[in-house]
Amino acid sequence: MSLLHLAIIAPLLWAILVPLFYKSFRQIHTGWFVLPLPIILFIYFFSFISTTRHQAIVMETLNWIPSMGINFTAKVDGLGLLFALLITGIGALVILYSIYYLSKTKEKLNTFYTYLLLFMGAMLGVVLSDNLIVMYAFWELTSFSSFLLIGYWYHREKSRYGAQKSMIITVFGGLAMLGGIVLLHLMTGSFSITEIISQSQDIVSHSLFIPALLCVLLGAFTKSAQFPFHIWLPDAMEAPTPVSAYLHSATMVKAGIYLVARLTPVFAVDGLWVWLVAGFGIVTLFWGSFSAVKQTDLKSILAFSTVSQLGLIMSLLGVGAAALHFPGVKDNLYIVATTAAVFHLINHATFKGSLFMVAGIVDHETGTRDIRKLGGLMHFMPITFTIAIIGTFSMAGLPPFNGFLSKEMFFTGMLHVLELDLFNIQSVAILFPIIAWIASVFTFIYSMMLVFKTFTGKHQPEKLDKKPHEAPIGMLISPTILASLVIIIFFFPNSLLSENIISPALAAIFPSLLNTGTEFVTHIGIWHGPTPELFMTLGVIALGILLYLTFPKWRKVYKLFPDKLALNRLYDGIIDRSQSGSYRLTTSYMTGSIRSYLVYIFTFFIIILATSLVVKDAFKLDTVHVSSIGIYELLLALFVVIGAISTVFAKTRLASILLLGAVGYTVSLFYVLFRAPDLALTQLVIETVSVALFLVCFYHLPKLRKEDSRVRFKLTNALISVGVGVMVTLIALSAHSNKFFKSISQYYIENTYTEAAGKNMVNVILVDFRGFDTLFEITVLAIASLGIYGMIRLRLTRRDEE
Amino acid sequence: MEIVMAIVIGILFMTATYLMLSKSLLRIIVGTGLLSHGAHLLILTMGGLKRGAAPLLGEQGPYTDPLPQALILTAIVISFGVTAFFLVLAYRAYKELGTDNIEKMRGNRGNE
Repeated sequence: MSLLHLAIIAPLLWAILVPLFYKSFRQIHTGWFVLPLPIILFIYFFSFISTTRHQAIVMETLNWIPSMGINFTAKVDGLGLLFALLITGIGALVILYSIYYLSKTKEKLNTFYTYLLLFMGAMLGVVLSDNLIVMYAFWELTSFSSFLLIGYWYHREKSRYGAQKSMIITVFGGLAMLGGIVLLHLMTGSFSITEIISQSQDIVSHSLFIPALLCVLLGAFTKSAQFPFHIWLPDAMEAPTPVSAYLHSATMVKAGIYLVARLTPVFAVDGLWVWLVAGFGIVTLFWGSFSAVKQTDLKSILAFSTVSQLGLIMSLLGVGAAALHFPGVKDNLYIVATTAAVFHLINHATFKGSLFMVAGIVDHETGTRDIRKLGGLMHFMPITFTIAIIGTFSMAGLPPFNGFLSKEMFFTGMLHVLELDLFNIQSVAILFPIIAWIASVFTFIYSMMLVFKTFTGKHQPEKLDKKPHEAPIGMLISPTILASLVIIIFFFPNSLLSENIISPALAAIFPSLLNTGTEFVTHIGIWHGPTPELFMTLGVIALGILLYLTFPKWRKVYKLFPDKLALNRLYDGIIDRSQSGSYRLTTSYMTGSIRSYLVYIFTFFIIILATSLVVKDAFKLDTVHVSSIGIYELLLALFVVIGAISTVFAKTRLASILLLGAVGYTVSLFYVLFRAPDLALTQLVIETVSVALFLVCFYHLPKLRKEDSRVRFKLTNALISVGVGVMVTLIALSAHSNKFFKSISQYYIENTYTEAAGKNMVNVILVDFRGFDTLFEITVLAIASLGIYGMIRLRLTRRDEE
Repeated sequence: MEIVMAIVIGILFMTATYLMLSKSLLRIIVGTGLLSHGAHLLILTMGGLKRGAAPLLGEQGPYTDPLPQALILTAIVISFGVTAFFLVLAYRAYKELGTDNIEKMRGNRGNE
C-alpha cells in the first residue's frame, strides 16, 4: 500500500472517526474536525502537478485479486489529477461552508459528515483507479453516498422520493456500465484502462464493441444527468445545499463526464461514439436551459442549469473525440473542443459552486428559495449579491468572468462541426451551432432571472418567514473564494490552468495523438478580434435581454408541453407499475399455503431430475449385477406396497396409524434380510415407540375427515405423486446401474478393529469415525425434545391462567 | 432384487407425496413417515443389496457395505425425532385451533 492508496481511502478511514468525535466533543462543530482532511489531500494532490505537467504518470498497484486481473491500481495522470483537485478543493470549501450552514445543535452532524467523507473517498477512487472493476465499485459507492445525502432529511417525503429516484436511475446506469466493463474484458482480456486503450485499434471491429460502447454510455449518461435521464437531478435538490453544491454540481455528476473523457481513446475510433456523446450532450444542453427558465425555485433553476451545463461539456467531449481521426496535435481543429470541455469543467465548478452557496445563503437567511417571494435583497445582503452577480454573469458567458472564455471556446468547437466530414455528420452539422446558440440565449435568461429576481425589484417582507440580513462571515468565505477564482481565471487562464492542468488532462484523453517530444499547447485567449464567436455572444446578449424583459408574454410556450408527457410521469408510472406488478406476481404464487409450496418443490424436483436424466443421458438399467430375488423379500415388498397404498385410502385415524406401523415393521424385516442387524433393531424399537406415541396422542388427535373431494384437487395430487414416485424409481435404478467411483467403505471395513477396537462396523462408524455426526444428531434430538416439552408446558400454563 | 426395491421405493415416495399434499395434518405426518422409510431403503439399495455378510467382524467376509447402514441409522433416529415433534405440534395445533385442516388453520386473510 502506497501513500497514494492511503490518500484515496483516507476519507473512508476518517469517516470512521467522525462519530467518535461527534460523541466526544459536542461543543465543537464536527465540520472543524473534518475540514483538515480535504485541505491536506488537496495539498498532497497539488504536489503531483509538477509530475503530470511533464506527462509523467504515477502508478501504484496494490494486489487484490490478481488471478482475475482485479487489482487496486491507482493512477495519477492529468485527467485524474484535475478531478482529484476538484474533489478535494471544492470539498474543503463545501465543508467550511457547511459548518455555518448546518446547525450543530439541530442536525445530526455525525451522519452528515460520515456520508460526505464516504462520498469523497469513493469519488477519489473513481477518478484515480486504473482498474475498471475497482472504479466500478467506487462508482456505485458514490451513488450510495449520494442516496444517503439526498435522503439526509429523511423525515421529508420529497427527500426520500428524490433519494430513491437518484439511486434507481444511477444504479441502473451503473449496472449497464458494469456490463460494458465485462464486455471490454471479453474483448481485451484486461480490466486495466491503460491496457484496454493500447488495444483499442484491435477491438473496434469486434462484434461486442458496439454493445460495450452503448452500455458504458448508459452509465455515463445516467450519472451525468443527460437527457432523458436528467430527471433525478432536480429531485436531488432536496439534499442540504452544501451537498447540492458538492455532489450534484461540482463532482459526482461529473463522474459521467470523467468516464466519457477517460474512455474516449477506446471508443472514439467509432463514429457512433462521436454522434451519441455530442448528440445527447447538445440535446441535454438545450432541454436543461429551456426548462431552467420556467423554474421558480432557486435550487431548481440551478439544477436544470447544471443539467444543461453538463450537456454542454458532454457535447464538447463528443465533438472533441473527432480529433482522434486526424493526425497530430498541430492544426487539429477538434482539440479545441476538448480543451473547452476541460476548461469549462473547472469554470463550472467555480461559478456553479458559488451560486449554490448563494442559494443556500438566501434560503438560510430568508427562509425561502421561491423567486416569486424574493426580491430587493441587494440592500440587505450586498456581499452575497456581488457573489451572485459574478457567478451568474460568468454562467451567462459575459466578460470579465471565466464563463466568457469557455463559452467562446464552446462556440468555436461547435462551429468546427460544420467542417467535420466524417460519419455523415454534415447533414445535421448546422444544427449544432444553432442549438448551442439558442441554448446559450436561454442560459442567459435564467442567469439573469436568478440574480435579478432575487436581489433587485420590490422587497416583499410579508412573504418571508425571517427578516433578511447578510450571512455570517464564515458562510461567505467559501463562495467568495470561488467567485474570486471566477475572475482570476478570466485574467490568467494560461498561467494558472493551461500548462498545469489542461494540457496534462488533454494528454490523458488523447494519448495516441502525442508523439514523443510533442505536447499539447493550449492557449486560451481573451480577445480574438471580430470572430463569429464574438458575434454569437453579442447576439446572445441582445436576444437574451429582449426575451428576459418580455418573459411574461412568451411564458405560455411552456404550456405547450403538457405534464402528461413529462418524463417524470413516465418514471413514476414505471415505478408504480413495477411495484404493483411485482406485488401481484409475488402474491400470485406466495400463497402462504404449505401445500402450494410443496407442489412447487415436488414439481421442480420432477422437472429438474427428468431434464437432467434426459440431457445427460444418465438413465441406465443394469440387469446383470443384481442380487437374487428371494420369496420372503418379494412377500415383504408386497406388504410394503399394499400398506403404503392403503394409507392413502384409510378412512379412520386408527387405520392409518396402524398401517404406518405395519409398513415400518416390514421395513425392519427388510433390514434383517439385507444383512443390517443394527438397523433392524433400531427400526423395531423406534417403530414401537412411534406407534405408542401415536396411540397416546390418539384421543387428542382429530378424526380423519373426508378429504376435499374435488376431482381436480385429487388429480393434481395424484399426478404429482406419481411423477415423484416414477422419478425416484428411475433415480434408484440409475444409481444402481451407474457406478462411477469405488466405494470408500473398504477403509472402514479394514480399520474398524485396528483403529477403534470394535467389531460392529456400523457402530464404530457412528460413535468413532463419524462421532461428530452422532453428536449433532443427539443435539437435534435434544432440540426436538425441548420443543416438545415446551409445547406441552405452554398449554399447561395457559390453562392455569384460564 | 435391486429393481424390485427401486419400484417399492418409488411407490413409497408416491404415496408419501400424495399424503403430504393433502390438507389433514395427520395424513401429512403419516406421509413424512412413509417418506423416511422410502429414503432409508433408497440409501440401502444404492449401496447394493446382499453383497456379503452383515458388517460384523466375527462373520465370514466379504461384508455388506457398512456405510449406508451407518447413514440410515442416523436417519432413522432423526426421523423419529421429527415425527415426534410433528405429532405434538399437530396435537397442540388441534387443541388450540380446533381443526386439523392446514387451510383452515391459517385463519382469515385479514388477520395476517
